[in-house]
Amino acid sequence: MDFDFITKTFVRLLAALPLTLSVWFLSVVLGGLIAAGVTWMRVSGLKPFELFARAYVLVFRGTPLLIQLFVVYYGLASLPAVRASIIWPFLRDAFNCAVLSLALCTAGYQTEIFRGALLAVPHGQVEAARACGMSRLLMFRRIIFPIALRHGLPAYSTEMISMVKSTALVSLVTLWDVMSIALKIRNDTLVTYLPLILAGAIYFVVNYIIGAGFLALERRLSPHLRPRPS
Amino acid sequence: MSATPALTVDKMHKSFGQLEVLRGVSLTANDGDVISILGSSGSGKSTFLRCINLLETPDEGVVTVAGETIKMRRRGDGRAEPADRRQVDRIRSELGMVFQSFNLWSHLTVLENLLEAPVHVQKRPRAECTEEARALLAKVGMSDRANYYPAHLSGGQQQRAAIARALAMRPKVMLFDEPTSALDPELVGEVLRVMRALAEEGRTMLVVTHEMSFARDVSTRVMFLHQGLVEAEGPPQELFSGSTSDRFRQFISKERG
Repeated sequence: MDFDFITKTFVRLLAALPLTLSVWFLSVVLGGLIAAGVTWMRVSGLKPFELFARAYVLVFRGTPLLIQLFVVYYGLASLPAVRASIIWPFLRDAFNCAVLSLALCTAGYQTEIFRGALLAVPHGQVEAARACGMSRLLMFRRIIFPIALRHGLPAYSTEMISMVKSTALVSLVTLWDVMSIALKIRNDTLVTYLPLILAGAIYFVVNYIIGAGFLALERRLSPHLRPRPS
Repeated sequence: MSATPALTVDKMHKSFGQLEVLRGVSLTANDGDVISILGSSGSGKSTFLRCINLLETPDEGVVTVAGETIKMRRRGDGRAEPADRRQVDRIRSELGMVFQSFNLWSHLTVLENLLEAPVHVQKRPRAECTEEARALLAKVGMSDRANYYPAHLSGGQQQRAAIARALAMRPKVMLFDEPTSALDPELVGEVLRVMRALAEEGRTMLVVTHEMSFARDVSTRVMFLHQGLVEAEGPPQELFSGSTSDRFRQFISKERG
């Protein structure tokens, strides 16, 4: 084993981690905002909104993320209309395209997580809130959202972890994330497994931290998981 | 006793699809009245209670709380709806509701459950509400459970906390929707004792119940519903000692049996 090579590879991979993390962070936050809007449409009770929301989830959950990424990065760029429009300066940048397509995709999944979490709020507790005179907004803020949050966290943490792994796809649109560095070292040195295993270990550690963070949050927010006070 | 009744309901009607659940039920509750609403399942007694604070929207009928009438209007399709959501919210905060399944908010402690509506709906100062909430918890025998979450309480404790939560809004009328029906038999007593104490304080209460002893011994009036109509009504001594209604006599003999 060449420890010098291991160290150098590891350092180069780590140097690419900030890009991987920023693609991840920006896309899950933007995706969360989109999902909040789509979820609102989905449960609004207004037919056109509801249909749009269902179609959105169907399309973005039903097609490969890689295809969505290529459509945004290569497909849109090939349309003269897009190149002439004011969004072109935004879309010509690979980083923006990566964040956008990952956000659109995770929004589809997050919508379903949000919807499930809302459905899991016990009807009786909502009724108790209505019965004491809460307005809809107050009821959402004080009762429905906090309860739904607790129901949604486990599924949400899975989606966050899944998104970290999905960022590896952005290596295919010219971005130098952890995955693309690993592939480059592999090509340059013909060392087949080591760069991949090291990259895998980095993803693993990141996901371990995210998972542990969500678990801690879940414990903090879920009193029934804690022992009763003595 | 003030001249204005605490609560009046005039000719309430409610249908679910083809099913006519209430067919013109009226009621007047003066301050200090404890009215037990009895009836077999399907008689409309719970629906009647839920129509009073508009958890169900009555098709027809007028609800007046301490002189203020809930304004209703007709939608385009002819169904009734409240004309003023804010008025409904305000009146709801004057009617304390206790549910069969307690419905305490699971993410809040007992004390937080009691503070939620007074602080956030009625916008009263938190310190004042906290003091009052602690006194209410003492009254229902739950002082030592103030910082417990509902999941850590027995059914009887949850229901006593739920009663305290309803009282925390300083309601003009308390509505009880089968408050002991979801409890194990050995826990019914502790909840009934709290309700009896409230009645003795002179609280105005409407109680949908199957507890014949409560109806007979505690309430000032009994209303017996059958198929959406008032079949018998009066002071419990009169009704229980020999009602003119065959159905009521059958009903109480079954409930005792």
